[in-house]
Amino acid sequence: MPIAKVNGVEVEFEPGMTVLQVAERAGEEIPRFCYHERLSIAGNCRMCLVEVKPGPPKPQASCALPAAEGQEIFTNTPMVKKAREGVMEFLLINHPLDCPICDQGGECDLQDQAMGYGRDGSRYQENKRAVEEKYMGPTIKTIMTRCIQCTRCVRFVSEVAGTPEIGMIARGEDAEITTYLEHALTSELSGNVNDLCPVGALTHRPWAFNYRPWELSKTETIDVMDAMGANIRADSRGPEVMRVLPRTNDAINEEWLSDKSRYAVDGLMRQRLDRPYVRVGGKLKEATWAEALGAVADVLHGVAPERIGVIAGDLQDAESMKAAMDLFRSMGVKNIDCRQDGAAIGGGARGGYLFNTTIAGIEQADAILMIGANPRLEAPLLNARIRKSWLWGNLKVGVIGERVELTYPYEYLGFGPATLKAASRNAFAEVMKNAKAPAVIVGMGALARPDGGAILKQAADLAAKFGVIREGWNGFNVLHTAAARVGGLDMGFLPGEGGLSAPEIVAAAGRGELDAVVLLGADEIDTSALGKAFVTYIGTHGDAGAHRADVVLPGAAYTEKPGIYVNTEGRVQIAERVVFPKGEAKEDWAILRALSERLGKTLPYDTLADLRHALINDHPTFGQVDYVVGPATGLDLGKLGGKGDIADEPFASPVRDFYLTNPIARASVTMAECSAIRSKAPALAAE
Amino acid sequence: MFQRIGQAVKGAMLLDIAGAFGLGLKYMAKPKATVNYPFERGPQSPRFRGEHVLRRYANGEERCIACKLCEAICPANCITIEAEPRPDGSRRTTRYDIDMTRCIYCGYCQEACPVDAIVEGPNTEFATETREELFYDKDKLLENGDRWEREVARNLELDAPYR
Repeated sequence: MPIAKVNGVEVEFEPGMTVLQVAERAGEEIPRFCYHERLSIAGNCRMCLVEVKPGPPKPQASCALPAAEGQEIFTNTPMVKKAREGVMEFLLINHPLDCPICDQGGECDLQDQAMGYGRDGSRYQENKRAVEEKYMGPTIKTIMTRCIQCTRCVRFVSEVAGTPEIGMIARGEDAEITTYLEHALTSELSGNVNDLCPVGALTHRPWAFNYRPWELSKTETIDVMDAMGANIRADSRGPEVMRVLPRTNDAINEEWLSDKSRYAVDGLMRQRLDRPYVRVGGKLKEATWAEALGAVADVLHGVAPERIGVIAGDLQDAESMKAAMDLFRSMGVKNIDCRQDGAAIGGGARGGYLFNTTIAGIEQADAILMIGANPRLEAPLLNARIRKSWLWGNLKVGVIGERVELTYPYEYLGFGPATLKAASRNAFAEVMKNAKAPAVIVGMGALARPDGGAILKQAADLAAKFGVIREGWNGFNVLHTAAARVGGLDMGFLPGEGGLSAPEIVAAAGRGELDAVVLLGADEIDTSALGKAFVTYIGTHGDAGAHRADVVLPGAAYTEKPGIYVNTEGRVQIAERVVFPKGEAKEDWAILRALSERLGKTLPYDTLADLRHALINDHPTFGQVDYVVGPATGLDLGKLGGKGDIADEPFASPVRDFYLTNPIARASVTMAECSAIRSKAPALAAE
Repeated sequence: MFQRIGQAVKGAMLLDIAGAFGLGLKYMAKPKATVNYPFERGPQSPRFRGEHVLRRYANGEERCIACKLCEAICPANCITIEAEPRPDGSRRTTRYDIDMTRCIYCGYCQEACPVDAIVEGPNTEFATETREELFYDKDKLLENGDRWEREVARNLELDAPYR
């Protein structure tokens, strides 16, 4: 490896690294605004100037200068100091210095670097410029006078998000960042530009003026809005989660976060179930825990186990599902299901329902066939990965399913099962067969339907024909949409022998064949079709489930309980409690533990630690925290799926409205705003 | 022995009484050190730190911009602020509480304020009958501001050359 000297200290570096990276490797901090590790290099803020020998006798922008063998880099000479002070003075010429009313205040790169590298005062006497504010949608608040033209936002939307809707117009003093047509960004990742903005030009509109960064307590936890399990940091003040920011995890979300994960948190303070309710005379009446649990126990005591159904929802932690499963299994209930959309997966080898390539691994793929998946809505961060690999590599993508706007070009093969059947013979099949690392992504659009089993078999056969499983590579992927799903499947939260699946439970209840249905945070089923069954709802929000319920037991949302979640690639992650449950609400597992006592089937764990011990004892995969099996999963594609007729219905993604997929998001004002804007067609240039 | 006699002579001549009488006469001629409070008051520095006020601009607009610097610097943690955008888009507080029972009158809040909104005014006479009355909210503080604006503005002006 070549060697350069940084302030006289020799540092080895990899060829192709920039001077800035080499200096960082030597432990020297280089101030910067425009440079960002995950974006292309722009070199326009000039804050990263250093002195380099050999070279012209002037400071050099270290972010854009490739390091070379034998180079001498200086970051602390008088020339560098003077250059930084000069650049900072120029940046502050037109900056309004309105830190007291700026939401970036306290976590602002410009503030910090002006303290560290700037002069003490300004020599500028003339008038400052002002820039009109721009409209960029409900997630971004703009005060463009503060902008220092680093173009990070422009590069993010055009490179990572793939919706090139922000740009810079005009030159010099007139340069402005704008969306041209003053319409909202159409990206699901738009909130990230607020994080990227090194000054307060772009800030989070939903949280405008609500907090100061120094008054928040920060808790590192896991997101549950989709099955990616993005790593987040939830910042709270008192009983309220004020904001959610991404945490860097290169294996999952890099350092991005989707708008739903970020801005749906205001839903945690609205429509909450904060005390138990019992339906009396057709109306839900407030009740005490003793009354509510007693009412449930009275009914469940008198019902035969085969006439009880249990459905777990999409946001459940593994502990509560384990407690529910243990309780109802011990009662002899077989109608247990965690797949409220009726997806035909689970049972059998773990690799049959995981995203085996792994989220980071999908970047290695050079051909991807999507079957009934729309990653842009189902997992925006995965979509950003695929776009990245398309942008920087020669990835080819084929789609069977809906013809939707992904953020990269793809070959559209057809809309449904007929295309899938013929997919081994069409033009894209050659691409897949010749690919070094082919991957198939099967989405819930293909599996969550009555003939899902047969479709899974067909998809698996197709994948086998393409040879997606080979030495060190497993290209068979199932893309989940629910954070709780893989955890549920891992522990076997599935119908017992002869038991009913979730859609069958709903149908049977509607026909009057079930007397009691327990909904563990399940809101995405058709709750109006449950007939006369006695419905117990354990959950957080006054949504579909609570609306139909006969007894409501208030639970804790994902920020209010420690919980284990398994993401779509099978990575077990532990979420932490950020704030306490609202009102009289309790953690879900504790509710089930209390209920079990009333039913005379006391669960054998009194603490969460005991419950986790039991969970890991019974299902060892839960003990492997932050570990993915990846390509090593022994998977026999021939054993996947089931038999049956396939209806020639088009594949349709279950995510119809990205912003309103779960009870928390449906209670959020910001998500409602985003959804309303998205459902309107964007204005055309000619209008 | 001689000490005893000396004492006896002093006592017989009433020297102590004469001395005390003389001291009394001396202070009778001097100006008075006490004031007839509340009809008279002692002098007060323009920097005096008394009861808090929230000030307004001359056009009636409240000064406070909800930057929360006073809340951050308060060593007694007695200030609580909540903010959100006002309908016209400006940054304003929806809640500005000071727990006067906890306040230590250090004056850091007025030092931190970038717009001279929170100021410790000259008033010291705000004793109350109940504890709860000392939990000031925004209305109370703004009302204080309106009441004391003239004095507060004068004090700030007098002190300005030394800042």
